[in-house]
Amino acid sequence: MMEWIGNLIRYPEWPAPLQSTFWILGVTVALILSVAFTTLWERKVIGWMQLRKGPNRVGSIFGLVPGIFQPFADVLKLLIKEVIIPAESNKVLFRLAPMITLIPAFAIWAVVPLDPDLVIADVNAGLLYVLALTSVGVYGVIIAGWASNSKYALLGAMRSAAQIVAYEIAMGFALVGVIMAAGSLNLGDIIEQQRGGWFTWNWTWLFPLFVVYFISGVAETNRAPFDVAEGESEIVAGFHVEYSGIAFALFFLAEYANMILISTLTAIFFFGGWLSPFSGFVDVEAVRSIAYVGWLFALVVGDGFQWLFLKLFLILFLFLWFRATFPRYRYDQIMRLGWKILIPVTIVWIFVEGAMAYFKVGPWSEG
Amino acid sequence: MELVQILFWVFAAVLAASALAMILVKNPVHAALLLVLAFFTSAAIWLLIEAEFLAVVLILVYVGAVMVLFLFVVMMLDINVEELRARVTRYALLGGIVTGLVVFELVSVVWSRSLGIDVTVGATAQPAEYSNTAELGKVLYTEFVYPFELAAVLLLIAIVAAISLTMRKRPNLKQQDISAQVAVRREDRVRIVKVDAVKPDAPAPEEKAP
Repeated sequence: MMEWIGNLIRYPEWPAPLQSTFWILGVTVALILSVAFTTLWERKVIGWMQLRKGPNRVGSIFGLVPGIFQPFADVLKLLIKEVIIPAESNKVLFRLAPMITLIPAFAIWAVVPLDPDLVIADVNAGLLYVLALTSVGVYGVIIAGWASNSKYALLGAMRSAAQIVAYEIAMGFALVGVIMAAGSLNLGDIIEQQRGGWFTWNWTWLFPLFVVYFISGVAETNRAPFDVAEGESEIVAGFHVEYSGIAFALFFLAEYANMILISTLTAIFFFGGWLSPFSGFVDVEAVRSIAYVGWLFALVVGDGFQWLFLKLFLILFLFLWFRATFPRYRYDQIMRLGWKILIPVTIVWIFVEGAMAYFKVGPWSEG
Repeated sequence: MELVQILFWVFAAVLAASALAMILVKNPVHAALLLVLAFFTSAAIWLLIEAEFLAVVLILVYVGAVMVLFLFVVMMLDINVEELRARVTRYALLGGIVTGLVVFELVSVVWSRSLGIDVTVGATAQPAEYSNTAELGKVLYTEFVYPFELAAVLLLIAIVAAISLTMRKRPNLKQQDISAQVAVRREDRVRIVKVDAVKPDAPAPEEKAP
């Protein structure tokens, strides 16, 4: 399917800017739709975990999946609500902040490989680009908190700034381990290096780094149990307490887009991205040549977007699971976890990797 | 004009304007944000000369870490803007001298080139698969390994010094002992006492209201 669309788009008569514009639009629209349904899925999952039904009133398809149109109803509601700008706020920065949060959350997708031959920009320093843009996202939170000219908002912004600076270091160090294993900063090469089935993916040899990366990822997206920047029981809604209507919706959109992004990046860095867990064990071409149903089996055993989607969906589920079950961390506990536990773990594991590379085990056995 | 040149002039104009505005605006938070914009545009200019590693690291280090901490501090400050405005010409003479020096140095570099003294070898375009990052890494860890490690040690000293300067042992300092908190068992906090059930005396019969 992806290949077919790819061939259609890559038809040589299309000028290059048109092709990339098409892909950018495609990925953006797909992402926004995924965000919409992620909110629905989150409410459903948390509902089931708490023995409720979740949203089940708005729309249904022939009596199935009740509540399927809930996200669209929510968007409509937010769109027609008034955007209130506080009188004593900094008007320009107040309007700018939601956009600054949103832009990096979308721009990172430019270097994310979705399929063996689908990546908008195949750049060499892709991983650095990802790190740089994730660190820019915090500006939206800080500016929103400051421009609101409200005490709770400023408190939320301060908490968020300290938290993100702390967890970014752990995140960066965890990715140093991934770079050491791959020997490249290109996300496509990082996936390609993990080829060889379920147990050669990075999560086996870099398991502590995977745990650290995912925990820091949850902290970077300001999700429970690290959501002190919002902290509704203490500071109402934290940095976006003064935002209403579509301006609030933009923050919401950015948060969920970041969740999907962190899930995708975890899948790429530690679970082989679009690689199939059967690759290395099963000959895909032989499977595809089976009459009539071959293409269906090939979809299951072969590489492709379907595997990336499955992996990111399962990791995304963890975010929702955390939110439904974990109590919020206290602020000093967050700092202690970040600085005193996660960062030392990554540094130790980088040395362990050095030893592995010296003795030529794991990902370094071939080189 | 080529597209690259047009882009260069646009970025250069934004860079110069944001740098100028950064020192002229009243509000320190605005100044910090304008500095962020200046970093971004200079990173874009570096991208134009295909120094993608340096460009991305500039954003990662300065925009992503240093400026966040700057903003963090600046937002906490309660600065009287009017008072700052009154003293704006105080360092005008010193500022003027420094500006003159910088302009002189820049002009002399450009001018020496026109005289034929070209110390900089013109950058040559590299093939598409040329990895900036890998080449930089090779040079850093072979040819310049000692300066590189020296810089790392210097940074480490700075970190240790900063921490030791701020970590004072004050006499009345109250501090949490996390390991003690975690090690607490139920027995340390709660004592369950068995109390025998006692039958209370039968209540006295209420007197009837007259």
